[in-house]
Amino acid sequence: MSRATLEITGLTLRISSAEILRGVDLSLAAGRIQGLAGESGSGKTMTGLAVLGLLPAGSQVTGSIAYGEQELLALSPRRRNDLRGAEIAMVFQDPSTSLHPMLSVGAQLTDHLRHHLKLDRAASRARAAELLGRVRIADPAAALRRYPHQFSGGQRQRIAIAIALACAPKVLIADEPTTALDVTVQAGVLHLLRDLATEMGLAVLLITHDLGVMSAVADRVAVMRRGEVVENGDRLQVFTEPAHPYTASLLASLPGAAGGVRTLDDVRALREGP
Amino acid sequence: MNELLEVAGLGVVYRGRPPVRAVDGVDLTVGAGQVVGLVGESGCGKSTVARTICGLVKPAAGAVVFDGIPVTPLGLRRRPAALTRIQMVFQDPYASLHPRRRIGAQIGDGVRAAATRGGEPSEPAWWLRRVGLEPDAARRYPHEFSGGQRQRIAIARALAARPDLLIGDEPISALDASTQAAVAALMRDLAVDSGAGLLFISHDLSVVRLIADRLIVMYRGRIVESGPARAIWEDPQHPYTQSLLAAVPVPDGLGTMPAPPADEADYPLEPVLR
Repeated sequence: MSRATLEITGLTLRISSAEILRGVDLSLAAGRIQGLAGESGSGKTMTGLAVLGLLPAGSQVTGSIAYGEQELLALSPRRRNDLRGAEIAMVFQDPSTSLHPMLSVGAQLTDHLRHHLKLDRAASRARAAELLGRVRIADPAAALRRYPHQFSGGQRQRIAIAIALACAPKVLIADEPTTALDVTVQAGVLHLLRDLATEMGLAVLLITHDLGVMSAVADRVAVMRRGEVVENGDRLQVFTEPAHPYTASLLASLPGAAGGVRTLDDVRALREGP
Repeated sequence: MNELLEVAGLGVVYRGRPPVRAVDGVDLTVGAGQVVGLVGESGCGKSTVARTICGLVKPAAGAVVFDGIPVTPLGLRRRPAALTRIQMVFQDPYASLHPRRRIGAQIGDGVRAAATRGGEPSEPAWWLRRVGLEPDAARRYPHEFSGGQRQRIAIARALAARPDLLIGDEPISALDASTQAAVAALMRDLAVDSGAGLLFISHDLSVVRLIADRLIVMYRGRIVESGPARAIWEDPQHPYTQSLLAAVPVPDGLGTMPAPPADEADYPLEPVLR
C-alpha cells in the first residue's frame, strides 16, 4: 500500500459534555476513495469537518491528523487557512445551500483561485472555464456568467465539485455529495468522482449513509457508530463478509437484490427482531 | 369501476413566465386496501399530484374524485368532514410537526377529525403504540425524537384521523437507509389493516417495489409506465423506467458503477400501461 496522504489516528472530539468522536482511525491514500458509512449522528460529518478544521466553537479535539509531514491539529489558524480549499477541499451535501445564490458561478470559482494561487483575472477565468468543462458543464464560458439558480441540482453539485477542485487539492472530503440528487443524476456524479480520483490522484473521503453508493465507488469502506469506527476494510470484504455485527445489521436492513431485504416479510421480521 | 380515488385527466399549471405545466393528463386510481407507488425523478410532478389529491394545489384541468365526492381545493374555511378521510404524511418530519405542541396534542388533532365524522374515540397513546413508540411519548415534544421517530409520529397523527386514503409524499427520504424500509412497511401494514388505500410517493424504487401492489412511473408530468409492481421491477418496458432502474446502485460490494444517464436524454412520452 502506498504511503497515506492523510492519516487520522485516535481522533476524539468533545463538544461541552458530549463525546462526539471516540478514537477514529482512518487513512486516505492518493487516487483511492475511502468510504465512511454510518447512520445519522454517528459522527461521520464531524470527522470530515475535523480534517478541515471547521468544527464548531468549544470543540475539544485530541489525537492526530497527519497530512504528509504536517500535523493539522497543531497548525496555526493562519497556516490552516492556507491549506483549506487549496490542498484539502470539501464538497457538501446540499448544493443549493453551499453555493452563494447572489454571486455568479464565475465569481465563486475564481475567488479562491486568486486568493490561494495568486492568479490574475484572466488566468483565473480561463482556469475556471477549464474546470467547468472537466465536470461536464455544457458551454463553460457562458456558464461562468450565470447564477446557481439557473442550474439543475446535479449541475450545481458538479459546480460545487469544480469549486472544490479549483486549486488542485490533494484531499477531497465529500460529505453526502449525492444524497440530495436523483438516482440518475447521482450515477453521473459518482462516475465523475471516480474519474477525478483516478486522473488527479485525489485522496477522497466519501461520507454517505447510502451503502449502494458506497459499493459503487469506494475502494475501502469504514463503518462508524456512536463516534467509533467499528469496521474498516476492503469494499468486497465489508459487503460480503462483514466482520462487525453492526455492519451486518446495516446490510441486512437494505432492500434490493444484494441487501437482506427482498420481500415485505423480511422487513416485518426485521421490525420484530431484536 | 368503483375505486376509492379516481383521478382523471389531471393537469396542473404553475404560474410564471413561461407557465410550468407540472402535471399533464394524469389518470390514476387507488382502491380500498390497495397500495399504489408513484415514482419518478424530482421535478416530474409526483408531489404535485399528491398535493392536488388532498386539495393543496388547484388543478388546471381534470378531476379528482374521492369516494364519489369531488375534492375541492383547500380554502379559508374548514374542510368538509368527508374530506378529512384523506390524510397525508409529508417528506420532512422536522417541518411537518409543530415544534411547540406536545405529541399527544398533535395526534389529538387527528383523533378529533375522526370524531367529527362519528368515528370511535381513541387515545393518542394507543396510536403511538401502533407505530412502535412508547405511550409516554405523548407528553413530550418533537425535538426530543429522532427523524425516524418523528416520521412515525406523523404517521400516527395521520392514522388517528382514521383515513380511508393515506398519501405519503416522500415519507422516507429524510430517514436513514436502515430505517427507510421499516417505516415504509409500517405505513403499508397500518393502512392495509384499516382497509385504507395508500398512495406512496418516493424516488426510491427499491423500497417502493417492496410495499406497492401497483407502480406508476412519472416523467415530465406524465405517466410513462404503470402496472403491477413486480412486473415493472422485473421487466420494465418503457426506456425511461429502464434507465431509472439501471441507475440504482446495488450494495453488493463488487464496485459496479450504476449506468450513467444519457445527458439531456429525451424519452418518448407514450405510456406503457399494464
